[in-house]
Amino acid sequence: MKEFPDLRIPIGDGVESFIDFLAANFQALFDFIFVITSSSIKGLESALLAIPWWVLIIVVVILGWYFTSLSGGILFGLFMFLVGSFDLWPETMTTISIVLISVILSLAIGIPFGVLMAFNNILSVIMRPILDAMQTMPTFVYLIPVIFFFPLGNVPAVIATIIYAMPPVMRLTELAIRNVDKEVVESAQSFGSSTMQMLTKVQLPQALPTIMAGVNQTTMMALAMAVVGSMVGAQGLGERVLYAINRIDISLGFEAGISIVFLAIIIDRITGGIADRLQKHRGNAS
Amino acid sequence: MTIKMKVENISKIFGPRAKRIIPMVEKGESKTDILEKTGHTVGVYNASMDIMEGETFVIMGLSGSGKSTLIRCLNMLNRPTAGAIYVDGEDITKYNSQQLKKYRQEKIAMVFQHFGLFSHRTILSNIEYGLEIKGIEKEERRKIAQHHLELVGLKGWEDKYPDELSGGMQQRVGIARALANDPDILLMDEPFSALDPLIRREMQLELIDLQNRLQKTIVFITHDVNEAFKIGDRVAVMKDGKVEQVGTPEEILEKPANQYISEFIRDIDRSKILQAEHIMIRPHGLLSLKDGLNVAIKTMQENGLSSVFVTDRRRHLQGIVTIDDAIEGLKQRKTIEEVIQRDVNTVSPEDYVQDIIPKVLESKYPIVVVDEAGIIKGIILRVHVLASLIEDNGDSSSEDKADKIDPDKGLTE
Repeated sequence: MKEFPDLRIPIGDGVESFIDFLAANFQALFDFIFVITSSSIKGLESALLAIPWWVLIIVVVILGWYFTSLSGGILFGLFMFLVGSFDLWPETMTTISIVLISVILSLAIGIPFGVLMAFNNILSVIMRPILDAMQTMPTFVYLIPVIFFFPLGNVPAVIATIIYAMPPVMRLTELAIRNVDKEVVESAQSFGSSTMQMLTKVQLPQALPTIMAGVNQTTMMALAMAVVGSMVGAQGLGERVLYAINRIDISLGFEAGISIVFLAIIIDRITGGIADRLQKHRGNAS
Repeated sequence: MTIKMKVENISKIFGPRAKRIIPMVEKGESKTDILEKTGHTVGVYNASMDIMEGETFVIMGLSGSGKSTLIRCLNMLNRPTAGAIYVDGEDITKYNSQQLKKYRQEKIAMVFQHFGLFSHRTILSNIEYGLEIKGIEKEERRKIAQHHLELVGLKGWEDKYPDELSGGMQQRVGIARALANDPDILLMDEPFSALDPLIRREMQLELIDLQNRLQKTIVFITHDVNEAFKIGDRVAVMKDGKVEQVGTPEEILEKPANQYISEFIRDIDRSKILQAEHIMIRPHGLLSLKDGLNVAIKTMQENGLSSVFVTDRRRHLQGIVTIDDAIEGLKQRKTIEEVIQRDVNTVSPEDYVQDIIPKVLESKYPIVVVDEAGIIKGIILRVHVLASLIEDNGDSSSEDKADKIDPDKGLTE
């Protein structure tokens, strides 16, 4: 009895036929998602490219100044300038568009879901392993089925990015709502607040700093998916990295890679600054 | 006085099958046994009390005695497992969610131990919260909130955030927020426990002052006996989820229902509870201005005192005649009017013993207790003050006042 008995439990086959079933019966839905997503990415991308480069750099400097510090703002502006000098400006705008759309969709799904999980223990218990799977399952595993539903390009990358990047904001939203000080919740209740008033006037505002930390995490993870996304045809900086790998072009690979890092730093510091600002009067430190 | 809130056999048990635990509690099994056997926690068991309109009702007990659980039943933050709570004759435990919302918005408000302020809102908008929930127009609610902010002495702090205020000020915001809703009933869950002692005393006095003006029905929770007896018109003592005794502070002090309560009140500072009217004696042998000085001396002899108080026909205090002045005056054929000392140390019946002590110590003569109209209610000798501080249970109730006169005879004050 050294070897595992010859039992085959065909879960993989089951998943495959389920994917086939979805692809066969819900094509209209997937087409709809495709059109919406791809047109919003294109729209955002052309809008960003329509802005003169120096205007965008000034905007970055001002945002950096407002949410972190003047030196931070200048540094971020310098980063953007470097990226432009690498001749990667259009690719950078594409990557920003893909990341932004992915993040917006992740938040639009993740935050309401997180709120539901905070209110419903059963849902929370069910979702926990699913979220674990979304974060730890090797990305390529779900890249394969995604390209069944959508043509190669930016959209499957966005879908994969959402799957990977959504869990932090969902988890942190749940945690934040659950952790609102018990007495604060009781005091809102004691005034006869309805569930909706409670949520919008007390729980969400109180939870906002933690939710912002989730937004920050989600954004970072979405950026990290830029290269992986390019394997299913996403354009932008990731695609340049992939191209450099194939050509063993060290120079291009480094420039595209460091551009992603610059973007990550800028976005992290600015969203982090927003979170700090929200934190100011909201500590539960009464 | 009418009953504002009638609490009838309220029990609150925490756990998934709370109702099934009631019979176990009825059989008299202890809290710890029930927790071990079933995993259910008995918060409150079979608590009953009547809370009168306009009174300050204090629920006192150590931590774990169920007092916080009980107060949360009164606005249904905790849904009682059994029993009924009648407010103005309606059983609030039978309310549906709409009725409950209305009840919380209109009749009752709560102040929390750790203030429960909304840290993301300014002070003014914290105070506005209850009004906002009720759907009152912005301008109107601003005005009401501003009024209550000033009522608790926080003018100028409107646009600050709670984390910019000290603990005492934060709790003032909590009180203003509760009062802004103009509730009939104010629940206060250990409101001053998180404050340091000096601020606590100040807030207690302010609450008493506020209550004199507003006359709300207040249910006040504390673990501090001194606080309970200082603030409460009546006090309920709780232990292990059960109400052990309900009564006025004097009643509990004089006739503790059981060993536990006498232990509980042993450390209490009696001088802060007992008032002048509790320790004074009936003023014997008062003189009128028309009496002669020989009558005065005779009266003093009879009562064994070295002074006597003079009143008019309606017992309004006129002054005091001392034995020395009387003898001197008699020699010179003076009248009472000529030797009377008009400047007399007086106290009011509501003065606490602790405030009387200095007056008693510095005066050679008895202290006279005078009501607002200037009528003599009684007198207090040094011995009464001292006796009141050490007196043990059960023998100084106010009915006995008149009988306490005897021991004073022979005192050479």
